[in-house]
Amino acid sequence: MQDAVTLTATPHLASRVGGRGRAVARNLFPFLVMGVLWELVARSGIFPRKLFPRLEDVARAFVDLTVSGVLPHHAIETLLRLLSGFALAAIVGVTLGVLMGRTRRMEDILLPLVSILAPIPGLAYAPLFLLWFGPGEVSAIALVAFVSMFAVIFNSWTGVKAVKEIWLRSAEAMGANKHRLFWYVIFPGALPYILTGLRLGLAQAWRILVAVEMLASVPWGLGWLIFGAREFLNTDAMLAGIIVIALIGILLEKYVFQRIENYTVVRWGMMESNTR
Amino acid sequence: MINIAQGVQNRRSVVHAVATVAAAAGLYQALAMSGVFTQALLPKLQTILYTLIAMLADGTMERHAAYTLCRVLVGFALATAVGIPLGILMARFKWAENFFLPLVSALMPIPSFSLVPLFMLWFGIGNLTTILIVFYASTFPMLFNTWTGVRAVNPLWLRAASCMGADERRIFWNVIIPGASPFIITGMRQAFLRSWIAVVGAEMIAASDWGLGWVIFDAKEFLQADVMMASLVVIGAIGFVFERLVFGSLERLTVLRWGMVRLAKG
Repeated sequence: MQDAVTLTATPHLASRVGGRGRAVARNLFPFLVMGVLWELVARSGIFPRKLFPRLEDVARAFVDLTVSGVLPHHAIETLLRLLSGFALAAIVGVTLGVLMGRTRRMEDILLPLVSILAPIPGLAYAPLFLLWFGPGEVSAIALVAFVSMFAVIFNSWTGVKAVKEIWLRSAEAMGANKHRLFWYVIFPGALPYILTGLRLGLAQAWRILVAVEMLASVPWGLGWLIFGAREFLNTDAMLAGIIVIALIGILLEKYVFQRIENYTVVRWGMMESNTR
Repeated sequence: MINIAQGVQNRRSVVHAVATVAAAAGLYQALAMSGVFTQALLPKLQTILYTLIAMLADGTMERHAAYTLCRVLVGFALATAVGIPLGILMARFKWAENFFLPLVSALMPIPSFSLVPLFMLWFGIGNLTTILIVFYASTFPMLFNTWTGVRAVNPLWLRAASCMGADERRIFWNVIIPGASPFIITGMRQAFLRSWIAVVGAEMIAASDWGLGWVIFDAKEFLQADVMMASLVVIGAIGFVFERLVFGSLERLTVLRWGMVRLAKG
């Protein structure tokens, strides 16, 4: 039940647009209002300009950092770290989840461990990982992988278990061997859940990564940029970094996962399209 | 999180679960005793247990937990107070949706931790920053689920209710709210999980003197892996209790009783 709700509860921007031009205007309007509000507060002088920069300061910091190549470098390092951590989580998580769904023994062995480890917030493991692997790249990637793995495991496991019994039996009756059964029935059947898991996992990896970069003192990375900028009161650079983080987050959601979903499960008719 | 109860339902599974946990603990203990890693990095189970008991006995652990819980609850309450009404507003009125949806969609992908340094500059180190981070982290799941839930209320019920002469107010309280409640409760659940994660991170970075996140990070400085592990146990236990007991019983009292969802069956 909870899973079905989670599935439908994920946000979809593009689903409610009418005419294109009007839609763009309508979507921009709230940002305009917020921008004006921000500018008003910034110019009123309640906060010192150093702490609450005007929009022009943020824009200038953004342009300067982008032109000098600092911001892209940070962003690329962060993305690489995200991808390697998440790839690890996806491979291990889907494998474990499918195994747990298919064999009783694996389920008995892994489920208790997973259910004990999963509810602990990922960041709480961070100091432990830092002690074990030392500050730097290895701890950051290991932690991102470890934390995002659980959503993948749970959803793959549920997905495999949710494959209709009757599909399995009819495939078997039609003479499918184990191999075919897995690749043509079980895997596609579980795919909507697996994709949901991957999506949740990626979102979690993304959230945790920024914090990990602050704690693990890696030389480059958006989290580190923000954290480092604090030392010098560079609020404008911090806000520029936060904007990049938001942009990457939106792009990941819209262009990675909605795409995958549309190409696979929606086309197979397993799930309704969210982008009408 | 989904079907653990169901998965571990029968006796055989319980026995197996206990056996695996025991085996994992034994493995850990063997690794700790083998001396491959130093005691400081990989403390023995009894050391962790002693530390936990000692910290519980002198009240420090309770105090850390109380501070953390307090921050979570205040932030969570704020998020409920903002997220649910705003979600309902967005679902009921087109203008609210048009205005807030783009903003929410742009703000939501920003991880709450990335705001910690900024909030530290603005609000200083301590309670205000951590509470606001919790608030930020938990508002969005609440808002989105409420919004989806209200829109997902079966239009047939609405029409039936208005045919039977219910006024706006009655429809809202007796049809829409109960109809959206499974989503709202899911939202609260997700929001709580998020805030529980956020508070630990916020406490680590925007450190004050108390709090479970702070104590873990502080213990790292002194290589006290036993304190870290003990705090991890407490963090896990509190999260588990809330997820199972609080939200589980909330669900049982409301949506299950109203027949909105059935208990998951295998």
